[in-house]
Amino acid sequence: MAFSTPDSDQRAFRESSLGPRTVVICILSIGLMALDKQNDHMQTARSVLATIAYPIRVLIDAPSSFGLWLSEGVSTRGTLLSENREFNERILVQDARLQRMAALQAENARLRALLDSTAKVGDRVLVAEIMSVDMNPFRHKIVVNKGSSDDVYVGQALIDAQGVIGQVTHEQLYSAEALLITDVDHALPVELLRNQLRTIAVGTGDLEKLSLPFLPRNADVIEGDLLVTSGLGGTFPPGYPVGVIKEVTGESGQPFLSISATPAAALNRIREVLLIWPDPTGTVAIAGEAEAEVEELEAERDSAANTAEPADPLATPDADADADTEDPAADGAGAPEIEASEAPDAEAQD
Amino acid sequence: MPRRKAPSWPVWLIFVAATALMTVPLPDAMTPFRPPWATMVLIYWIMMWPRVFGLGTAWLVGLILDVLQGELLGQHAMALTVVAYLTLRFHLQIRIFPLWQLTATVFALLAIEAFILFWIDGVAGNPPVGLARWTQVLTGAALWPPVMAIMDRVRERIEYRDPTFT
Repeated sequence: MAFSTPDSDQRAFRESSLGPRTVVICILSIGLMALDKQNDHMQTARSVLATIAYPIRVLIDAPSSFGLWLSEGVSTRGTLLSENREFNERILVQDARLQRMAALQAENARLRALLDSTAKVGDRVLVAEIMSVDMNPFRHKIVVNKGSSDDVYVGQALIDAQGVIGQVTHEQLYSAEALLITDVDHALPVELLRNQLRTIAVGTGDLEKLSLPFLPRNADVIEGDLLVTSGLGGTFPPGYPVGVIKEVTGESGQPFLSISATPAAALNRIREVLLIWPDPTGTVAIAGEAEAEVEELEAERDSAANTAEPADPLATPDADADADTEDPAADGAGAPEIEASEAPDAEAQD
Repeated sequence: MPRRKAPSWPVWLIFVAATALMTVPLPDAMTPFRPPWATMVLIYWIMMWPRVFGLGTAWLVGLILDVLQGELLGQHAMALTVVAYLTLRFHLQIRIFPLWQLTATVFALLAIEAFILFWIDGVAGNPPVGLARWTQVLTGAALWPPVMAIMDRVRERIEYRDPTFT
């Protein structure tokens, strides 16, 4: 029976100030929203609240992480063995590719030295896991389990093994929220790998589709072109793959082509992502020991040519012979990388 | 006036559980039908214990919800405050409604909440959500009778220990 307890004075409630209080709270909320829309003002309040709410997120995430842990725990020896074999094979293939990469990097560095420009190759990365938490289901947002305690910062780029995923929009102590590149609010400076044509890739709200609305009708774009980050705008480091051009249609009478691209990263199947720190010390380090590093790179190229052992990815920093005569800040964005598709898996820390 | 002795922490646990349920991952096909749990339990407890839970509770739960869902800070807070106001204002009337009338009232309250959220989305320039907000209202109203039955059980359990209620 729904109403078994009779009404008494205890459960009746009348207050004359109810209306005014509601109005005050509503005005307060509107003020909050206005400040939050400005984004920077409410950052601390938001991260405090989110840190308080973090246990709720852990609670929500618990069943799926527990399931993962359980399935790992009870997987058979055969499965583990075959998985292991597969990983070993993959490492072999990638090591072989890395050997070539070392040689190419050294060559790239020397060519860049000739051109007086700085190569930025070394980015620090950190593996983070996506928590299975549904944010607003109508936006493409994710929560990762690394936060400002791991030096994650707002605007940081996220990638997976195949390409760019998105960028961090809010940081909390132990978690961070990120916007995927396919969100309707997201725009990403990209260039075509084939001819370095720069443009902007805009999210569509569809996880399988990006849109390039700003290319004129005479732009040189064909299906299958690879899009990489251009590094303009400073948020995403240059040279990471973004997607592949899927369809190019130009209707006569329209000033721009309508182009759609498929994201390179598997945005709806990822569990682990990489957070990138574009190496800010890279140029400084080069300034001091440029020549030594060029020599080191050449030595490495030799060893790679001998194929005696796979090159250590951590020991292949960028180099520029003449960087010590330049302002490190001036050559920040640099020219686009050439071996772009090989870059992301170069080095991992933690 | 005797002070209430019935503990309110179980109800806070319910609020936490309800906000958690609103961010639990669901299959894509199910997300338009996710009921607004937090609003529903708020309506119930404000209606039943208006001295304990009120505008402040609604605002707090709304803020937590905003943070968890990554929305504009204050969006749910404002919508829930308005719902709490209406519930408080009419709690004596709707408490004695028969179930079907109460369900209709809850449907109206949920629709008002959805409308405020929709309206704020529009003002803030967020991308339109489409029909999903309104299907959530439908599932919420449809699930009101079972939710109410469970909450009644909980409430009677708590109030049973408190002599001021009988």
